[in-house]
Amino acid sequence: MTTPATTPALLRVRDLKTYFVTEHGKGTARAVDDVSFDLYPGETLGIVGESGCGKTVTSLSILRLVPEPPGHILPGSVIEFEGRNLLALPAPELRAVRGNQIAMIFQEPMTSLNPVFTVGDQIAESAIIHQHLTRRAARARAIEMLRLVGIPDPEERVDHYPHQLSGGMRQRVMIAMALVCHPKVLIADEPTTALDVTIQAQILELLDRLQQELGMAVLLITHDLGVVAGHADRVVVMYAGRVVETAPTQRLFDQPTHPYTEGLLASVPRIDTPRARLHAIPGQVPAATAWPSGCRFRPRCPYAWEKCLEEPDLLEAGSPGHTTRCWLVTEPERRQVKR
Amino acid sequence: MKLGNWLALFVALVLAAEIARLLRQRAAQHGRWRRLFRHRTTSWGIGILAFLVIIALAAPLVAPFPPGDQLGIVDLKNHPPSWTFILGTDVLSRDVWSRIAWGARVSLGIGALGALVAVSLGTLVGASAGYYRRWVDALLMRGVDVGLALPRIFILLMMVALWDRLPFAALVLAIGLTSWFGTSRLVRAEVLSLRERDFVVAARALGAETGRVIFRHVLPNAATPIIVSAALGVGNVLLLEASLSFLGIGVAPPDPSWGSIIADGASTIYTAPWTILFPGLAISLVVMSLNAVADGLRQALDPREEMA
Repeated sequence: MTTPATTPALLRVRDLKTYFVTEHGKGTARAVDDVSFDLYPGETLGIVGESGCGKTVTSLSILRLVPEPPGHILPGSVIEFEGRNLLALPAPELRAVRGNQIAMIFQEPMTSLNPVFTVGDQIAESAIIHQHLTRRAARARAIEMLRLVGIPDPEERVDHYPHQLSGGMRQRVMIAMALVCHPKVLIADEPTTALDVTIQAQILELLDRLQQELGMAVLLITHDLGVVAGHADRVVVMYAGRVVETAPTQRLFDQPTHPYTEGLLASVPRIDTPRARLHAIPGQVPAATAWPSGCRFRPRCPYAWEKCLEEPDLLEAGSPGHTTRCWLVTEPERRQVKR
Repeated sequence: MKLGNWLALFVALVLAAEIARLLRQRAAQHGRWRRLFRHRTTSWGIGILAFLVIIALAAPLVAPFPPGDQLGIVDLKNHPPSWTFILGTDVLSRDVWSRIAWGARVSLGIGALGALVAVSLGTLVGASAGYYRRWVDALLMRGVDVGLALPRIFILLMMVALWDRLPFAALVLAIGLTSWFGTSRLVRAEVLSLRERDFVVAARALGAETGRVIFRHVLPNAATPIIVSAALGVGNVLLLEASLSFLGIGVAPPDPSWGSIIADGASTIYTAPWTILFPGLAISLVVMSLNAVADGLRQALDPREEMA
């Protein structure tokens, strides 16, 4: 689905900074440092990046679920949902948004379900909290949701405990829990990472189907470019707590501009271009307590030169909706000079 | 013992066995409760507890004599067990069986209520400290440190010195309010680890408020240690009440409690051992039965226990 530029964003994230105070005075971990993006109604926005780049903290920050302390969201950050800044919302109003308007599914279906309650109880909970359904009505709703997410024998499964279900089933239950109140935004934090490949495909197809049926926007957080290619409309690439590139999915895969995106794409094994060795980005993500000065990718970048000591803003990269935090946009000839 | 007392005792026994059997039967139809009776000891525990509770409630029926009556201070003191006095008489010629039956009311009542107060308070304090951490934790846990450092018996002695004889309710409160420290530490440790679990974040993401998160998501996962500590707590409170009575500051005489029966019999331990043997046996029976039931409950409440 393409997004007309005229529709107002459903979720606007601006200058989000979430820092963590580390113990023993080792300094402040700037896990999310000045992140901005928009989520439009009905679209799927992918957020990609390797482990430790701040994807999960970004998603937790949206619903203010970052543990405080040690974490805190800095003043000046804005997370606007339908015109209201969630970061300034009093607790009761925030709770009315959580699970009801913005819902979330987590990476680990094994540990994200409460082991001592039946799946029916857990799916019903959100409906009881937000819609004040009776237990009987909530149970009927839970069965209906189980059917919606494609679990066979929902009348029987509703009374099962999480440990009686397989990983794929549990992730379906998590999705059912999140969607009970028909939220407008679904944040899916690595929804398929803990599952094996065939189940992954099923879960992602399920998400696609439900998104169309319920008309919600999905924030798909993943480190898997394959997932993004198949399911996201637009992509935000994060590196070291920053957004380094934003583009419509097709454009990003055709013409990655940021050297980090380029490296990520090159390190995906491809079936159509046989190659002896898989490409790897040299080095690793630096510690969040000590990001490099200037462009944060500079120490690992094959093109880095003096200008990179100064960090660029997100620059227009020659196509609508495509921005990149890299000087190569202004000096494309530098791309020929590799270190 | 008259015929009526034997009859009442027999009815109590049958009733207790029937309660245990019925519970077992009902449980067999419900998946998770079936595991409660996986071990035979649980049925025995429930049966014994039911029997003692019935005895306590039906004390006037099963006891042949009023508990305080001195039946014949000259020729009936320290009478060994016989058909008339099935558990013998004590140094004041009171019927030990009658005193145990009446004493069950006081002992079981204080045990159950005292443990209830202690475990509720301990759970509440422990859960708050573990969930809110920071200054709440520091404040509450330093308080607990102080509570654990003070010898409990001295606090109780002090209270008795201040208020003379404590009425039943005050005794329950006094015991309950000085017995929760251990439970609170246990619950705090459990909550500290549970609050970091993913499903707690998931519950908050669903819009659940703090109270709901603590009571519906965190505490049920800590049910096992809480229940075990409650069951052990009843036994501890029972023993504490016994030692208080032994020191002469428990239940006001001539009202019997199991502790005070032992205290009264202590002086004749060599000449009339039945005066301390039987109340001691009653206390041990309760504590052992509670342990057996706690074990069954632990298995029933933990859904991760595989059905066998």
